[in-house]
Formats: sequence, C-alpha cells, structure tokens
Amino acid sequence: MGDYKPTRIGSFETHPSRYRHWNLDVTGAVATLTLCIQEENGLRPDDYPLKLNSYDIGVDIELFDAVQRLPFEHPQVRAVVVTSGLPRIFCAGANIKMLATSEHGFKVNFCKYTNETRLGIEESGRHAGITWVAALNGTASGGGYELALACDEIYLIEDGSSAVSLPEVPLLGVLPGTGGLTRLVDKRKVRRDVADVFCTKAEGFRTRDALKMRLIDGGFPRSKWEAGIAEVVQKAVAKHPARATPGIEWSALTIQVSENHRAYKYVDLRLQPEQRTATIVLRAPTEAPATTEQALHANGVNQWCLQAFRELDDALLHLRFNHDQIGLILLETEGDPAQVLAHDAALQGLLGKNGLADQIHLVQSRVLRRLDNTARSLFAIIKPGSCFVGSLFEIALAADRSYMLADDETFIQVTAASKGLYPMTHGPSRLNVRFAGEPGQAEKVSSLGEPISGEDAFDLGLVTLAPDDIDWEDEVRIAIEERASLSPDALTGMEQNLRFVGNETCDTKIFGRLSAWQNWIFQRPNAVGEQGALTLYGHPERPRFDWHRT
Amino acid sequence: MSDIRYDELIPNNVDLSSDKRLQRALEKWQPAFLDWWMQMGPEGFQGSDVYLRTAISTAPGGWANFGYVKMPEYRWGIFLSDPEKDRTIGFGDNTGKPVWQEVPGEYRNILQRIIVTQADTEPASVEQQRHLGQTAPSIGDLRNLFQVNVEEGRHLWAMVYLLHAHFGRDGRDNADELLARRSGDADKPRILDAFNQPCPDWLTFFCFTTFTDRDGKYQLAALAESGFDPLSRTCKFMLTEEAHHLSVGEQGIMRVLQRAVELEKTSPNGDVRAAGGIDIATVQKYINYWFSYSLDLFGSEISSNAADYFAAGLKGRYREAELWSDHVALEGFHALDVVRDGKSVVDQVPLRNAMNELLRAEYRKDCERVVKRWNRALEDAGSHVQVSLPDTRFFRRQGIYAGSHFDPKGNLISAAEFAAGADTWLPTESDRAYVGSLMKPVLEPGKMANWIAAPARGIDGKPVEYEYVRL
Repeated sequence: MGDYKPTRIGSFETHPSRYRHWNLDVTGAVATLTLCIQEENGLRPDDYPLKLNSYDIGVDIELFDAVQRLPFEHPQVRAVVVTSGLPRIFCAGANIKMLATSEHGFKVNFCKYTNETRLGIEESGRHAGITWVAALNGTASGGGYELALACDEIYLIEDGSSAVSLPEVPLLGVLPGTGGLTRLVDKRKVRRDVADVFCTKAEGFRTRDALKMRLIDGGFPRSKWEAGIAEVVQKAVAKHPARATPGIEWSALTIQVSENHRAYKYVDLRLQPEQRTATIVLRAPTEAPATTEQALHANGVNQWCLQAFRELDDALLHLRFNHDQIGLILLETEGDPAQVLAHDAALQGLLGKNGLADQIHLVQSRVLRRLDNTARSLFAIIKPGSCFVGSLFEIALAADRSYMLADDETFIQVTAASKGLYPMTHGPSRLNVRFAGEPGQAEKVSSLGEPISGEDAFDLGLVTLAPDDIDWEDEVRIAIEERASLSPDALTGMEQNLRFVGNETCDTKIFGRLSAWQNWIFQRPNAVGEQGALTLYGHPERPRFDWHRT
Repeated sequence: MSDIRYDELIPNNVDLSSDKRLQRALEKWQPAFLDWWMQMGPEGFQGSDVYLRTAISTAPGGWANFGYVKMPEYRWGIFLSDPEKDRTIGFGDNTGKPVWQEVPGEYRNILQRIIVTQADTEPASVEQQRHLGQTAPSIGDLRNLFQVNVEEGRHLWAMVYLLHAHFGRDGRDNADELLARRSGDADKPRILDAFNQPCPDWLTFFCFTTFTDRDGKYQLAALAESGFDPLSRTCKFMLTEEAHHLSVGEQGIMRVLQRAVELEKTSPNGDVRAAGGIDIATVQKYINYWFSYSLDLFGSEISSNAADYFAAGLKGRYREAELWSDHVALEGFHALDVVRDGKSVVDQVPLRNAMNELLRAEYRKDCERVVKRWNRALEDAGSHVQVSLPDTRFFRRQGIYAGSHFDPKGNLISAAEFAAGADTWLPTESDRAYVGSLMKPVLEPGKMANWIAAPARGIDGKPVEYEYVRL
C-alpha cells in the first residue's frame, strides 16, 4: 500500500513478430487483432500478473504499433477485427495491481498514451478507410470496453454470461478514464441517465440489455458467432473502395542512445537534467523529395517527411515516460528551409491521390497532436540556421512561447501547411487557434508566401518575443530559468487550459475533462489513500471513504 | 388472481396469500416453470405416480411428507427456516450489527450475483439428469432420482422467491433467465462448468450427487451464515434436503463397489467387467473426474470476490460461529501451495482472500469421510482394493492450478507426463462406452441391475421391493 514502483520503458517500438500479447493476422482486406495477453510478461512481472487479458503499457505499445503499421504495410486492409484469444473474456482493462502500484505520473502518462492509441483507431476509421469492429467473444470490462468503444462497431457474444461493463466507479473508486465516460455519451449518444446506471453497475449488461442501451451494435449466440462476425466484417469491407496501392515496410528507427542524448537521423534529443530542460532539434532533409508516386513508394519509410516525425514522436514518448523531471522542452530546427518547403510541396502534391502520401500526412498530424498534448512547457527557439517553415512552423505554433532572434539571417515562413492541413485535436488549425481574437490574421499571414524576419514575425503576432542579438542570450536564459522554477503542477494545468482555444470535441473532453478529473481522483485518498478503493482492490479490507464532497 | 389459492398450491411460510407483489411475480413465473419442467425435467414418467417426499412446513418432520404424486403436480413450496430472534451478523466488517431483513443497497449487486449463481445450479442438474429415468437400475433408484429432481426444483423456487421478493425488476429478469439457460447448450449454457457436463449414466449420477451436490451443501452452509437473513434462512432449510441427495450418491457408489467385489469373487478369473459389473478401477477414475470438477466450483484459491463477500457479511465460513473465534479475519494468513517458475512453493495468502480455499478444505474433509465409509464397505465385502480422492490440484480447470499439471498424488508434472497418465487416471472414451453399455432399465419392484448391489433398506420404512413408482 502506497508502495509505488517506477516503470521504465526501454523502447516504444516493436514488430508483429515480437508481439507478446497480440496476434496480427492479415487475410485479404481483413486484419484480425487477437488479444491473448501473457500473464507473466508484463513490464513489471514481479509486481503484477496480467490476468484475464488485463493490460499494461506494454500491451498498448503493441496495439499502437499495429494501428500505425497496418495502413503502411497492408494498405489493402479495409476492416480490422479486434477480438480475444482467451475463452470467455475479451479484456478486463488496465491491470488494477499495475495501477495501484504505479507512480502518479506514470499512471497519467499511461492513460494519455492509451487514449492516444484509441484516437489513432478512431482516426483510421475516419480518415484511412478502415472500419474497426470489436468482436467481443467474452466479457469486456473497464478498459476492455473502452477499447471496444474506440472501434466503429461493437458486437457481443450472447452466451448468458458475457457482458460489457465499466466497473471503475463502483469497484475501484476511479473513472473509466480511457475515454469511457466521454465516448458513451458523446460518441455513442447513450442517454445520460442510462449511462449513469451503466457506469455504476459493476457487472454491466449482457447482450439483450446492452443492445437496448446502445452500448453495443449487435450480438450473436455462440453457435452463430463466427458466421455473424464474418458477415459484419464483409459489410464493413464493402463500405470502402478497394485499394491496390502496394505496401511499404514499416521498419524500426535507428537510435543511438548515450547518457542524456538520443540521436536519430533527423532528430536529436538532449537532456539538461540540472536545468530540468531538454532540447529537441529537428533537422531539415538534405536530399531531394519524392515528387512522383513511384518515388514516394521507393523511398518508403525512410523519407524525411515520415521519418523525422516518427523520430520526434519517439523522443516525446521517452521524455514523457522516462524523464519526468524535465519540465521544459526547447524546440529547435536546423537546416535548409528550401528543402523543407520542397518536401512539403511534394507531399502535398500527392495528397488525395496517393494512399501512402495520405498515411504519411496522418502520421505527421498525429505526432503534432502528441506534441500539443505533452504536459511539459514548450518553447520554440528560432535562431540562425533554423528552418521553422511550412510543416515545421507548426512546431513553433505548438509551443507555449516562441523566441526568435531578430537579425538578417533568421526567418520563418508560413505556408498552406498552416491553413488547416494539420488540425489540432479539437479541429482548428494552430494558426486559427493563435489568432482566435484577430479575424483575418491567420489568412493574412499564411498568404504572405515569403520568409518573415524576427521583427516582422513579432509584429504579426507569430512569435512571442524577437530580441536582437544584444538581448537574445539574456532574454532566452532568463525565460528558461524562470519557467523551470515554477510549480510543475500549475504549469501543466495552465498550459492545458491555454493551448486549446476554441470549442470542445469528444477528443478534447477526453484529454481536458475526463483525464483531468481522473488525475485528480488518482491523487485523492478515496482512491489511493491507505483505505482507498484502488489501493484496497484485491485486498481483504474494504475501502473506507471520506464522505465530504467538494 | 384472487382465484388462486396460493397456500394450497404453493406450501409456504412466507405469507404468500397476503403478499400481492410476490403473487404477481410468481403468477407469471409459475407457468413458465411448469413449461420448463415439462420440457427439460425428467423424460417420461411425468404421468406416473411417484412415492415422493414433500415439504409442507418447517415444523419437525414437516419437510418430509411422503405420498404418491405425479411430478408436474408436485407442490413446490417456499420455506425459510424459522427466524432466530435478535440475530446479528456473525462475521466481516459488520460483525455484531443486526442482520438485514431487506437488501442493503450497496450489496445489492453482489448479493444478487451470489443468489443467481447458486440458483442456476438447481435447474441445471435437473436438465443434466433428465434422461436417466430411461436406464434406472431399480425402481427405488428411479424414485430417488425423481426425489432429487423435484427437490432441486424446489431449491430453484426458494432462490427465485428471494429474487422476486427482494430484487425488484432486476430480480424478476434474472428469475426468467434461470429458466432460459440450458445445461450444455452452446449458446445459453449454465453459469458453472460442472453443470454443463453431460450426465449420461448412473455412475456419473452417483458421482455427481456425491461430489457436485456436496459443493452445494458447502455453498449453502456458507450462505446460511449470511447477514442477509432471508438468504440465511432459505439456505438453512435447503440444507436438510441437500443431505438426502448426498446420501443417494454415497449409497449408490457404495452399492456399485459392493457389487464389484461380489462379481470379482464369483467371476471365474475375477474379471468384473466380464461378469457385467463396474470394476473398482473405473469407479476410481469417475471419482477423480468428478471430485476435481466439483473442486472448481469453489472459485479461485486467491479471490478478491470471496474477500469482499466475507467483508460485507454476505458469505461466511463453514460453521463460522462454532469453528472460528476471530470473525473479522483481517489478521492471519492461509498457507497455500502455488506454482512459481515451474516449482511448487508455499505462499501466505491473507485469510479473507483465501475464503474459497477454506471452504474447499472443509469440503475435502467431508469427501474424505465418505471415501472412508466406502473403503469400510469394500473391506467388509472382502476387498483388498481401496478407493481414494485425488489431490486437490489434480485436473483442475479453474483457479491457480489450472495452467499446471499434477498427478493424482499432487506431484507437479509436465504436460507430456499428464497426457501419458491421463488414461489411467480419468475415464476414457471406452470406459464411458462400457459404463454406457450397462445402462438398461430394471423397473420390476425388488429387482436390481446386474452392476449394482441392492440397498440395505428401502425408503420411508418401506421394503426394497416396494412399488416406488407406479408405471
């Protein structure tokens, strides 16, 4: 009790041949992801066995790999079936013992990562022409049902015992925080009082009632299960036009790791633990872009527009999970702006015409959103030799503040890339979010079509500050030191509230509302105190609550 | 509905005739129950007069009124044992508080789950046994089968009464579901595995009533401790009837063993099968199979559900008051053999999490007493061979031993070793086929099938050759 163990994650990359918990089968236009979790192969096997297909972050890393890999390696796939390889149980959600023994920060990041994976599933449903079908051949409880909720369609076996449930509130004193509450009412439009009943009934509902409550889309008795799901899947496949684009291999990143440094081909992550800061440098390409479909496919996974963003993604995940004392990330770029613009133009030229180009664009968008959702202060540092232009200017726009040297050789450039090509998680472009109070300004700056100096950028509202070379060093140093001295909790809350200007969506409610409440509950005695429900789950004592409501 | 004379139709001590809510519920459920009985109850014999015992009151002897009755006309009653004045909760976090007469809201769901799980076993066994009437080894055995069946039906009534009386609409839905599930059905199976296993022959029936019904006895005993008084009183009354089922099984196996010894003596080369009997080795295999399956019914060795049930005061230990002094059970551990890294080691499990295991241990002791009596009978009949129980880790499908393999002595072995030994430890297809081949009805009063000895005495003081079922 209260005995938290650190979780270190060696790698966020994997490959279907190394999956321990999932099996990925691709047959024609249908991929099947079968969950068969190896109890003894959790990330901290001494602390918790992964019983009843319950998961930890290791299981979700494999799922995210599959979500990301599928459209690249198997572009012909139009339906993904998610099902279980264990009898009578689909998935029992996040492992409770894992949660109960994990540090707070890890729990928060675990939930965020799983949420991002679920959004990836929904995105591939919306934008990649893939329908996800949850084939629940056993009980789906907690995170298991939340995984199903992320799919486009949910079917539950009718065997007299299998049910869907969200037992977090009644059993654990926490929330179904991986989108569960939000998706029930915002996505599936389950009536709110019905959702209230469902979320407080630990054992959930079986097929008949679940269907009435819109918790699922259908059910089949055991003897008709295979045939029923096969028919559903055929209909799902028929929803999308066939795709004949060849696949490319989604190979692993090459990373050189040394103390305080992760070196990728286009990205460097350097830690300055004393200052509690990290610097991410993203480099421009040096080779010419692929301008034809043939060349795009030939360059495969290694082309800059994909690899650089994948590397940035990996760097962010490492910062989130393995370096929780780093409070401020300095975002820098390096290289020839013309190359970035050329690569942007080449990719944009193929969008809507070539499936691979579309997929690359989705990855770029997803990584930028991961940046938006990273709970660290972000400062863009724009100095000579940098290339904050086009798609890379989105990185500056994602930052909480941007510092740009006002001199004759430092420029930024706003292009069509900032006009909605990379929407934030709640829909609008970063530029529109920035200029929410200045109608017409986003349009104006993105139509300039030329490099912008520090002084002009400042005047246009594109950067926070543009000191000249005399002030630069001090201004930047003081800003960094000051930022690093503020309360990390207050900063997380402040940044989260300032970044997402505009309307809420299901996604932002998950990150901004559901997660925030969950994170608060994760700190409260009623969940994690000595007599809290999460602490005592599986122990002989029953929880004792502090009955005061806030 | 006022036309129905409830008290006559449904003997009860719950004041049914003045409880409108209950009447309304049972009015719908009763015809559905009869439909189920005609469809899934004993095949054939529904028009026969059977010499059955009916419970008509909770007074001493009131549970055992004998007379001829056609099964569909059996008066399935609702009885709770007499209330105990000022009874308090005997264990868990609520120890010492007055027992609940109404369901406490916070425990509603788990109480209902406990009741539904117990209730589901009652109709399940009737379904499992429905064809056995066709192959009864004697008319007394046929009557015993039907007695067991109607009483399982009454136990279903008792549980359905609780669902109807205390769990509102949810309870009524669950009561309906009890009649909709079917033993062994791929689409609508019964909840627990042992109750989906086929019961194709009388050796299986006797094993089932010895071992599986005995699980029922221990579950009922643990629920008789419950702080939810109506559940406690219901289970107490059911225990009396359950005891009879156990003796049907125990006596049945004993008679099979006695007959095996007789045939061994009279058969020229001691070959029991050649003489048309069931050899002791085969009986042992059936014991191994059904004892193990029944152990699974107790739930996992380390169980947070069991801890919750105990903490809440819903399900206690066997004879909680007499056998235990610390009724809170928050201190102390239970030593449990577990398999870790391919080796058997001992773990200390917090007592509350080991409640299933404690109940299973009591059950095992009881089974050992039965085996002792069988062995005494074998000895008395002049046999040197004895039967025994396998280790509790052998052939388990549920719980912490399910993924590992053990021999009947409890030694951890490999999957290959298990596969090699399985045919000598568990009934094979050919064993089952052989036992099946013996199943021919013998319905002439006083006659016995060749593979089973006559019982020592008849039923209700009647002679063995009494016409227990009028065909």
